[in-house]
Amino acid sequence: MNIHEYQGKQLFRSAGVKVQDGVHCKSVKEALAAYDSLGSKVVAVKSQIHAGGRGKGNLYCPTSGDLLMEGGVKIAFSRDEVETYAENILGHILVTKQTGPAGKLVSNLYVEAGCEIAHEYYLALLVDREAKAVLIMASTEGGMDIEEVAENTPEAIHKIWVDPQADLLESQKRKLGMALGLSGAALKDFLGMIGSLYDLFVSNDCSMVEINPLVRTKSDEMVALDAKVSFDENASFRHTDWGELRDLSEEEPTETRAKEAGLSYVKLDGDIGCLVNGAGLAMASMDVIKLYGGEPANFLDIGGGANKESITTAFGIILEDPNVEGILVNIFGGIIRCDMVARSIIDASREVGLSVPLVVRFSGTNHVEGRTVLEESSLEVTTVSTLAEGAEAIVAALEGAKA
Amino acid sequence: MSIWIDETSKVLVQGITGSQGTFHATRMIEYGTDVVGGVTPGKGGQMVELPGREVPVFDDMTEAISQTDADVSVIYVPARFAASAIIEAADAFNEIKGEGLIVCITEGIPTLDMVRSVGHISKIPGIRLIGPNCPGIITPGEDGGCKVGIMPGYIHAKGRIGVISKSGTLTYEAVAQTMSVGEGQTTCIGIGGDPVSGTGFIDCLAAFEEDPETEAVVLIGEIGGTAEEEAAAWVADNFSKPIVGFVAGATAPPGKRMGHAGAIISGGKGTAAEKFAAFEAAGIHIARDPSEIGATLKIALEQAGLL
Repeated sequence: MNIHEYQGKQLFRSAGVKVQDGVHCKSVKEALAAYDSLGSKVVAVKSQIHAGGRGKGNLYCPTSGDLLMEGGVKIAFSRDEVETYAENILGHILVTKQTGPAGKLVSNLYVEAGCEIAHEYYLALLVDREAKAVLIMASTEGGMDIEEVAENTPEAIHKIWVDPQADLLESQKRKLGMALGLSGAALKDFLGMIGSLYDLFVSNDCSMVEINPLVRTKSDEMVALDAKVSFDENASFRHTDWGELRDLSEEEPTETRAKEAGLSYVKLDGDIGCLVNGAGLAMASMDVIKLYGGEPANFLDIGGGANKESITTAFGIILEDPNVEGILVNIFGGIIRCDMVARSIIDASREVGLSVPLVVRFSGTNHVEGRTVLEESSLEVTTVSTLAEGAEAIVAALEGAKA
Repeated sequence: MSIWIDETSKVLVQGITGSQGTFHATRMIEYGTDVVGGVTPGKGGQMVELPGREVPVFDDMTEAISQTDADVSVIYVPARFAASAIIEAADAFNEIKGEGLIVCITEGIPTLDMVRSVGHISKIPGIRLIGPNCPGIITPGEDGGCKVGIMPGYIHAKGRIGVISKSGTLTYEAVAQTMSVGEGQTTCIGIGGDPVSGTGFIDCLAAFEEDPETEAVVLIGEIGGTAEEEAAAWVADNFSKPIVGFVAGATAPPGKRMGHAGAIISGGKGTAAEKFAAFEAAGIHIARDPSEIGATLKIALEQAGLL
């Protein structure tokens, strides 16, 4: 789960990580009031969306599609400039490298006091799955795309791994600070900041904290000018405050609804809907559809606890996608029984008014019973016994329908 | 032979009085697994009725292992308690026997909880963790066998193929594929698809290399991380038996989590294409279509003079 920069900075502030004063705004009027209250001649006017690359993004009018402004993060030197930038940002579509061509509607703005920058750094905390530990990664090449830095100048990236038993050691923090070439007051500031960030990371069950750029000011303070924070959703049971931080408008509504029904759904661009039990098998089903010349419309794992209700929801979600012209169901029964799935498919297809070709592959627990239930029903369905046959049949059915 | 479990393994069920725990303890016994008891804090002294036997419930793992001499524990407790259940089992096995196998089926455990429990276990040499978020491990026998997990037992048969997979149902698919060409399995292990887990591909491969009955291996990976690439590099230098490899997620879009928390392509890394390439470079026979795993296995066995 991702949160906005202004929310991340609030977390930083309460954890003792230095940030500039700033105000979250939802209107141009609020942005101007923020400028007045900050008392800083120079402010940053920053679009708030859950995607990176905002500075280099472009703002478009949602109705006309006209380009309104280059750059989703602007430095304003006057009250008038704040007004212009806020007007160009709020209610408009920001397209960045990470949003895809559709972009994201900007409804939130962050107005932040400027500061005098001596140098920009990069800093991130994340879980390193290979090392099975929290990794703290820093670079002297701040403000740039870190993937590019890793590609071109890997020696500029410095890493430390935190042993969960030993915790973050002073010696490790110092090593990282020295590697960045910090000394004196800036180094001292950095050591304190790293400790606070690590505590914040652990106590908030973060999956990532990224600060790009982290800056050394001309008065040798280390200040986080950005805050990209994401949480590990598996830990939501112990963070009741996450509900308030969640911005549902940033999430795909269908994916959210699927999650509530215990399904795992990701929309894709093809025309063959998939309904599968198990994440690995669901991915494999997509792959096989592609191998047989089709294009999957979605990833959908109904999970181990699927029942009639969740399968009906799953069918509904698949069919809401106007691109879907056929559905492949692939079930390898383990805990889930194929006959239960078969009955659910029949009920669900009646409920949602199924009108596209349906191919069902059953294997594993009660697959014979499952096929019998389907074959004895009035439902128009092709039953097969292997995944390859299933993919072949659904691709053929779509071609037949088009011809 | 087999790896890590066999028909003599004595198994405890952590969370045995919960609905999942009781359900799967029943299925495990039906398959032939020697379930000797279980643990549910606060329910010590109770008995649980399972097919053909009643087993005792203990309050904690130390007591359970002391009383039953168990070698294996399987965890079905809810996600919020699972990491401490792992640590409790590891410490108890270490204290009493100096070794033990822990299989954690639970899904949805917070990643930092796993960082802590895996960190804890890594300092105890005799303890092995499989999972979490996995189907478990199974060694088919002549009649039944030893099943520690949630997989449908009847799809397996004793044989000479080792199976290793990050996924649940895709493991069953791989097993069905070996059966379709008349091959049974020595041991099948689902290592789970979470970002941080216990036993990895290389641990399993090293054990299969040592196991004289395992003559070939089916290895099922998925997008995300670099475990497949590392396994391939290890195989090139250390593994002598034929391997058939498949990677799920060739069609997955970057940046999207595909069900498993670990299955995400980030920053252009972790793609299926890279993993297939690493497999090929290591001499692994690849199946790009999971329905071809069986046929590919047959070719691999033939080429190795094993058919």
